[in-house]
Amino acid sequence: MKPDDKQIKWVKEPKLGLSGRMYLGPLLDGLATTARHMLSTARGDGMTCQFPEERPKFGNPLIYRGVHRLNKDEQGRVKCVACFLCATACPAHCIDIIGTQSPWEDREKYPQSFVIDELRCIYCGMCEEACPVDAIELTALFDLTGASREEMIFDKEKLLSVYDATIEQEPMRSRQGAGGQGHSAS
Amino acid sequence: MATITVDGQDIQIGDAERLNVIQAADRAGVAIPFYCWHPGLSVVASCRMCLVETGTKNKDTGEITMMPKLVPACQTPAKDGTVVVTNSEKVRANQNFVQEGILLDHPVDCPICDQAGECWLQDYYFNHGHQERRADVRPFTSKRREMGPHVTLFADRCVMCSRCVRFTREVSGGGELQIIDRGSHAEIDIFPGYPLDDKMSGNTNDICPVGALCSTDFLYEQRVWFMEPHDSVCTRCSTGCSVQFHVNNDQLYRIQPRYNPNVNDWWMCDLGRYENGHVRAPERIGSIKQRAADKFTDHLWPEGLKAIHEALAGVAAKSGGAKLAFVLSPYLTCEEAYLLASYARKTAPDTLLVLGKVPVVGQDEKFKSGFTVRAERCPNRRGVEEVIRHFQATIVDWAGLLTKLDAGELAGVYLTANYPDQWTDDAEAAKFERLSLLVVHDILPSALARKAHFIVPGAASVEKDGSYVNHAGLIQTGEWGIRPAEGGHVDGQSFSDLLGRKGLYQASGVLAELAGAVPFFARAADGVPEAGLNLVTGEEKRPRTTALGTVTHPLPTFRSIASEMLEVE
Repeated sequence: MKPDDKQIKWVKEPKLGLSGRMYLGPLLDGLATTARHMLSTARGDGMTCQFPEERPKFGNPLIYRGVHRLNKDEQGRVKCVACFLCATACPAHCIDIIGTQSPWEDREKYPQSFVIDELRCIYCGMCEEACPVDAIELTALFDLTGASREEMIFDKEKLLSVYDATIEQEPMRSRQGAGGQGHSAS
Repeated sequence: MATITVDGQDIQIGDAERLNVIQAADRAGVAIPFYCWHPGLSVVASCRMCLVETGTKNKDTGEITMMPKLVPACQTPAKDGTVVVTNSEKVRANQNFVQEGILLDHPVDCPICDQAGECWLQDYYFNHGHQERRADVRPFTSKRREMGPHVTLFADRCVMCSRCVRFTREVSGGGELQIIDRGSHAEIDIFPGYPLDDKMSGNTNDICPVGALCSTDFLYEQRVWFMEPHDSVCTRCSTGCSVQFHVNNDQLYRIQPRYNPNVNDWWMCDLGRYENGHVRAPERIGSIKQRAADKFTDHLWPEGLKAIHEALAGVAAKSGGAKLAFVLSPYLTCEEAYLLASYARKTAPDTLLVLGKVPVVGQDEKFKSGFTVRAERCPNRRGVEEVIRHFQATIVDWAGLLTKLDAGELAGVYLTANYPDQWTDDAEAAKFERLSLLVVHDILPSALARKAHFIVPGAASVEKDGSYVNHAGLIQTGEWGIRPAEGGHVDGQSFSDLLGRKGLYQASGVLAELAGAVPFFARAADGVPEAGLNLVTGEEKRPRTTALGTVTHPLPTFRSIASEMLEVE
């Protein structure tokens, strides 16, 4: 896609009106929000909670960007086709893949090793965006802890186990492109 | 001068030049898309991607007469008065249709295709393709097959440009590949029992515009956009092909030929391309070692070189300089040979300089296009010989050295090797046993290294800057791509340190010094151009710097498209 492509919509910052430039309206807006939150906390359904005894409620866990998981296909095999697009998109360079020829008849390439350094990751979600087969997804697991750095380097098995642990609460977001074949969607 | 009009822009081409419309348009800065045409192969005009509108301009009246139909640009000679239109609606419509036709049965498996990132189909899709599929035909698929030891065919990705078939018929001459079946079932294949296994088979992977022919050795090793190219020279035989090392994270992943009309045109042989296991071999020598009885101990670099220097000076003082020999391997660059020879002369003015073992395997192997894999399997015999000739009247070769050893005429030897294969044996090594000092400078352990008093780690060609002189006297310069194996230094640095020079070794500076000192190298005083410089005749073809005609594709790559997008805000 080129910068002059017709499909790109260039958006400009809106101009402030008179009330906006006086700051008074937005200031009152802000104070109203504060007051609303104070009231809701007093009522008991506020924004804060007593973590870790109390777990926070998510609006939509499906769009939360927490620990990664590697999805499995219908036959329980790793969905990833080792295309390296996540590693290419990753701004933190925390994904390390070794691709090789797959042992299966219907698949050409698969990851022999797939390692994410969860400490280096900035949880931006670019890997999920880049994945052509929806193999990598960010789950709503946010309270990740470990006793050592090595423990926080997740390999393929660990990432697949995150899938097993979270698939009940968070279904896979789409089912496109099994095996990396663009045509197989039909 | 012939005048050609490309999209309203007049360009001049020389009378002796025989260009087709694609090449002429390239001069005008207009890229005409193509698949089947390759400057090194015959023209078949079968892909129909390069169809353009052409016409002729009447010189006297200025009137332009256009042809009613589109013609293939690859097959149309550019002559005086030719008018080319490449951006009309008609031309664009054809390009769209050709792209759509190819993509009807081309699997869009770019994520797992090794060609992705340097695929012509992928790039042209952005410029000339449809945004959506109008037909949904299940693509014809055929499992992958081995065409030979280095070539894997993914038949479903093939666009039937027949470049590989023409290559085996016209360049390598083996004719192993052919097109079988017809129409939409056409496939590239070999005759049963006759695999594509000659020494040029790897080139078919390079010239395939899509991912149909992939290098078996490189398959799934690395995505192409991660790798950085480094221009250098192949060191596997005395032809000295221009190559590119593709490296990432200090690893050499792939070697590809670089267009050079003076040496190798677009090609290189499989020997230079695939035989590079020595570069990251686990047994690589990584530090200076000193032997006491049968045990080797490691030295740090400054102390190790100092100890070696003292040992060499000791032999020269005790037995006389004439009993000290320096062996200059034909795997050394000209700069390194010059530094080591200078050091030898500095140690004692009458030291013996010896040309190292020149490996010769079989006979020269000449292919149909004239491309030759030479029997002399080293890059720089000529360069090293000329350096030795500058310091010493006669050249003593490896056999001469062995004779001198047998006669007991030597007391100490500093031997450089850096051969990528095993090059010596126990019988040869035994001849060195009587020496009071043997320093072996090599990259891999050998029978000789086990007998050495000191071992100095060397560097492979991909690890160092420097120049090589090929069989015809053409000097070419290469740049380093990866750092030497753990603990190692580049050879030039070691020799420069031995000489007592301060600071980092810089090959270009040493080459200028060499050109000033040795008349044979005088022509290289101002550096060496990309396509090399013939030191003997001074004649060389200088290719126009254009992407056309190289094996790399003519469109901006993934990386440059991305940076282009970033620059426009």
